[in-house]
Amino acid sequence: MNIMSDPNAARKGWLGLLAKSPAADVARLWAALQVASDHTILRAPEIGSVMVRGRAGAVGAAFNLGEMTVTRASVKLADGTVGHGYVQGRDKDHALQAACVDALMQTDAATSVNAGLLMPLQTMADKYKSDRAAKAAATKVDFFTMVRGED
Amino acid sequence: MQAQVLEGGFADVPVDASHAFRAVMTAMARPGEIFTISGAQPPAPLSPASGAVLLTLCDPETPLYLAASHDTPKVRDWITFHTGAPFVAAQNAMFAIGAWDDLPLSDFAIGTPEYPDRSATLIVERPTLSNTGATLRGPGIKNQAQLSLPKVQSFQDNAQLFPLGLDFIFTSGDRLAALPRTTKVT
Amino acid sequence: MYVAVKGGERAIDNAHAWLAEERRGDKAVPELSVPQIREQMALAVNRVMAEGSLYDPDLAALAIKQARGDLIEAIFLIRAYRTTLPRFGGSNPIETETMTCDRRVSATFKDAPGGQVLGPTFDYTHRLLDFKLAADGDVDDAPLGTPHPDATPHIMSFLDQEDLIQSEPQGAETPADLTRTPLELPASRALRLQSLTRGDEGFILGMAYSTQRGYARNHAFVAELRIGAVAVEMDIPELGFAIEIGEITVTESETVNQFQGSKTQPPQFTRGYGLVFGMTERKAISMALVDRALRWKELGEDNVGAPAQDEEFVLYHSDNIQATGFLEHIKLPHYVDFQSELELIRKLRREAQENIMQEAAE
Repeated sequence: MNIMSDPNAARKGWLGLLAKSPAADVARLWAALQVASDHTILRAPEIGSVMVRGRAGAVGAAFNLGEMTVTRASVKLADGTVGHGYVQGRDKDHALQAACVDALMQTDAATSVNAGLLMPLQTMADKYKSDRAAKAAATKVDFFTMVRGED
Repeated sequence: MQAQVLEGGFADVPVDASHAFRAVMTAMARPGEIFTISGAQPPAPLSPASGAVLLTLCDPETPLYLAASHDTPKVRDWITFHTGAPFVAAQNAMFAIGAWDDLPLSDFAIGTPEYPDRSATLIVERPTLSNTGATLRGPGIKNQAQLSLPKVQSFQDNAQLFPLGLDFIFTSGDRLAALPRTTKVT
Repeated sequence: MYVAVKGGERAIDNAHAWLAEERRGDKAVPELSVPQIREQMALAVNRVMAEGSLYDPDLAALAIKQARGDLIEAIFLIRAYRTTLPRFGGSNPIETETMTCDRRVSATFKDAPGGQVLGPTFDYTHRLLDFKLAADGDVDDAPLGTPHPDATPHIMSFLDQEDLIQSEPQGAETPADLTRTPLELPASRALRLQSLTRGDEGFILGMAYSTQRGYARNHAFVAELRIGAVAVEMDIPELGFAIEIGEITVTESETVNQFQGSKTQPPQFTRGYGLVFGMTERKAISMALVDRALRWKELGEDNVGAPAQDEEFVLYHSDNIQATGFLEHIKLPHYVDFQSELELIRKLRREAQENIMQEAAE
């Protein structure tokens, strides 16, 4: 989807990043963040599963591949802003921190949360991905053809 | 979704849900007996009792029929956030909620001979609930019990379908009672 | 006669205590940590996730530790844990087209766009034991290359553009789930694929091999095998849009199989599909072959009576937890059952003996 045309693109982006980031990284950056985040809990952190689906033949009809663990939480800041967190794995703090970040990103604190937490997470994720891509690229086969027979 | 509809769920989910489940199960086991059930503060016109029943029994895999009496955006959002139950037509519903006159009884699934459990459970919101009116007899009832039922004939017809049929939970304020398909009503 | 037997409590407790001690092994040897298993026994972890049908590497590693390395026991532990989780919903189908591939090979096209990327494979190793690993585990960093910026399209899409391969219609239905509704036959393709992806690797491999050896021969080429990370996206009702809720590694195998055609339809290749959690390529290729064999009816082929074509045989015997449960229960006390068998055989022998004596006397 085009980022310009999707009004939710930015929020989708940070929620996805929070979901995929390692819980330990989120916890470390969250602890270092100097942002007030008084909140009430709308949905206490809850560990559950999501049924992951695939498509027959990669493009065809959906089928159930198997489940994955997911933890979710929802919070409301003192000013009434609501935040939701859905994260991979079983770390309740991770889900709660994701929900708080989601809420704060809709407030004036967005700039500092983005700089102190989301950007470092994105940098780490990018590096992990590019490192793997570089290792994969090194295993790409260069074919060279043996010329044989008459010309 | 507005913050308002995101509130009113169980405060302590494992404990509150266990108490509510116990209440629903006991009510089903002892038809006609009235129990109180608490922990949910759903948006009107849902009663606290029906809210607690929904929180306890519904999830993304229990299709729900919302009768016209209860079909408001707030009720929809509250149920979606707290249970994830999808809203469906009566024919496909595993649960239904609403006022008696708005529930199309003949449309709900009554199960199949192989799977009598593939039938709907109806949560019927009542203005009042008391141990007066129709007489109940059957499993779980010592001698007989009384319950203020909306319409005797419907429950007699339903009991005729056994082992198929519908099961009912009646709610009013923070109180509930139940009437499974095994109960004989006169 | 019914004899109630009670007892063995002390014996059971002590057996469990000894099991815990044996699990730990020689205490002079450092204990294995769960992260060690997750990182260094990754393929065992992947198998437990795939057949346990729950993607969570830490849990799978813990299960392997608890099961002393017995993978079926570990899968059992994961399946049991899985049932305790509330299910938040189903994801949107993952888009393997967008996979960041660690490995991607095609046996059908040498110069496929995206190239042949070997990844961390056992292929081309000499299968000689490496005694260096017994001494120390230090390894050099793998060399880095320059990543290809373009996407890696599915090989099948090229064949599809030319109409050379049978198409895969999408359908809008929510797929049936065999963990919620008992499997009924005939099973839809969605149910077959779910059953195969969580089925026992050894069983699926054996079935797939049987098709190669001639039982329901369908002559498969691996058009594409890809392994890598894909994002999992789910619609979140309270948000009103879909977000990524995680990223998983999967192995996908697509096979091109023998073609078919008729007087009215020009010949087309057919396809089999395998998709499995983790880096599990033996399983994914096997799955694709068995998927293809099971499609004989919808592709208008003859049932040649091969085991891999028999839906009931394959689907009802592929689950190693079901199989283990039924198989292993016969070692548990059957004292009463057996007592009656014993009495019966003694009686029959007595009668036979008497007959022999009688005939000898006559």
